[in-house]
Amino acid sequence: MKSSNCSDKSFDSNGSFDSDRSFDLEVARRRCVDYRRRILEISQTVTALHVAPAFSCLEITDLIYHELMRFKQTDLHNSPELSDTFLMSKGHGCLAQYVILEKLNILSKQDLSLYCKPGGQLGAHPDYGVPGIEASTGSLGHGLGIAVGMAYADKLMRSDRKTYVVLSDGELQEGSTWEAIMMAANLNLNNLIAFLDLNDFGGLARMSEGHPAFYPVVEKLESFGWEVAEVDGHNSQAMFEAVVNFEAGLNRKNEPSTKSSAKNSAEKPFFIVCNTIKGKGVSYMEHVPIWHYRSPNPTEYKQALNELETSL
Amino acid sequence: MRNTFADTFYELGKEDPRLAVVVADISPAGSIAKFREDYPERFINTGVAEQIMIGICAGMALRGMRPFAYTIATFTLYRPFEFVRNDLAYQGLPVTIVGIGGGVTYSTLGGTHHAMEDIAIASAIPNMKVIAPCDPLEVKLATTWCAKENNSGPVYLRLGKAGEPILTGEAIDPFQVGKIRYIKRGTDTCIISYGPTVQKALELASRLEGKKSEVEGKANGEVDDKGTKGTGESVSVISCHTTKPLDVEGVAKALHSHKRVIVLEEHVPHGGLGSRIKEVAWDCKAECELQTFSLRDEFIHVYGSHEELLGAHGFDFLI
Repeated sequence: MKSSNCSDKSFDSNGSFDSDRSFDLEVARRRCVDYRRRILEISQTVTALHVAPAFSCLEITDLIYHELMRFKQTDLHNSPELSDTFLMSKGHGCLAQYVILEKLNILSKQDLSLYCKPGGQLGAHPDYGVPGIEASTGSLGHGLGIAVGMAYADKLMRSDRKTYVVLSDGELQEGSTWEAIMMAANLNLNNLIAFLDLNDFGGLARMSEGHPAFYPVVEKLESFGWEVAEVDGHNSQAMFEAVVNFEAGLNRKNEPSTKSSAKNSAEKPFFIVCNTIKGKGVSYMEHVPIWHYRSPNPTEYKQALNELETSL
Repeated sequence: MRNTFADTFYELGKEDPRLAVVVADISPAGSIAKFREDYPERFINTGVAEQIMIGICAGMALRGMRPFAYTIATFTLYRPFEFVRNDLAYQGLPVTIVGIGGGVTYSTLGGTHHAMEDIAIASAIPNMKVIAPCDPLEVKLATTWCAKENNSGPVYLRLGKAGEPILTGEAIDPFQVGKIRYIKRGTDTCIISYGPTVQKALELASRLEGKKSEVEGKANGEVDDKGTKGTGESVSVISCHTTKPLDVEGVAKALHSHKRVIVLEEHVPHGGLGSRIKEVAWDCKAECELQTFSLRDEFIHVYGSHEELLGAHGFDFLI
């Protein structure tokens, strides 16, 4: 791992971003192509894994780890220690996290080669205690609640740690997620940033067809007291700028609210609604439910690798 | 019990900033109200939302805190069950789940508010400990242990309600989590119980021993007005406050050293202490007579006092 991965984060003393910081979209794109190739490689070693759900949230997860989270200073030969928290609440997207943790030397190549195999420590959902995994998720509707507890504890302990959570749209069907959404706003958790991987697919079918009342999402979240931005979830630059804007809002802490009854936006938690494509990057996977859990066969694998170079 | 818990928690929380209480819209009793006033940041009310109550506790524990989830037993354990299992037990987090009104304590609120299966449900989860103190003294010691000593996995702390008398002021053994505790020691019969039902165990013991004050002048061997024979036998009473992990060795010794063992519990017949002790009895080849008395495997639609509910469940001989 190069030292720049650890030291290129530029934060001010409040733990907020330097909004002048540049963002290299091409570098992010290249990483996301490579991560998809690695996931496809792993798919050839097991009969089933969640390729499409990982591809859906890959740019989101990449952005959080490579551009948002801070690392403590570390010996380059050892695993870096993260100062912020990442929770893959949609646990079935964990391959996106595993390949990044591998790149960061937090997980080893051998860990990934033993994915879902005896003797390995990585399963199809993140497991607390594995390096880089801060909570066991995958049973949907749990991650945000845990994140609320973490973010609240950080406030109590006067820590500047931030908690990033990735949720699926399916998770927003869980009542527990809405309990967490309400409490995050009640507790003024502006140190909590949630990314919604809105690919419009549950395991079976499109949300917009099967559960039309799920929409509108943005208005629902706003009405529950969150700051909300809606962006293209495969556009790393757009997501980055949304976070920078939110952070800039936090720095205007004493700005009076326009309505006396409205909560100051500097106290609100932040939801980034990311419009995504399930299976993004591989034509035959995009919007096709079977790829929620199927592994490609050798022919499909070759086609996927070829497509990745041009599709992203 | 509630007030003793509250007083104890307040004193512990004053000293330890890691302690917090997360409630789900239950009015804080006694000193918990004072804790709320003095330490508002560490008193969280999630409203009528029990899943996030447990989720918040998990997140706080993952940051090194020691939260207590607190509400009526059915809502602290049944409603958010999968959160208790995955967030707390699976991750091995030291969170205390306080269940108020274990058993049929909430006798006028109806069956929806009865926690008759809580010991079975909590005990079925790996990593979970289950503690049911019998009196305010044990509540204080159990609460202190949960706050200070428990370093792995959640505890289901089953409490009664209010007004329980002191039973263990002259107990033979000290309170030690994971160990049975003789409150009195005899040689013939041994009554094992937990929670406020231990009071019934002590009363039954007195009647079996045929003490004049209890049997009102009737001679040994004569049936009293509750149908119990005062036999003049020597009776032990055990507070089995930790039902999980059960003190298997201590229970086996009790089974081997008495002619008759009686288990009393305010819990359905399946998955509670009675069935657990039968397992131990089989494993240790016990030769004693073993009788278990529990609530019925029924939802009983009766309103009245706690005692009347127990009576409707067939505990007439105890009340």
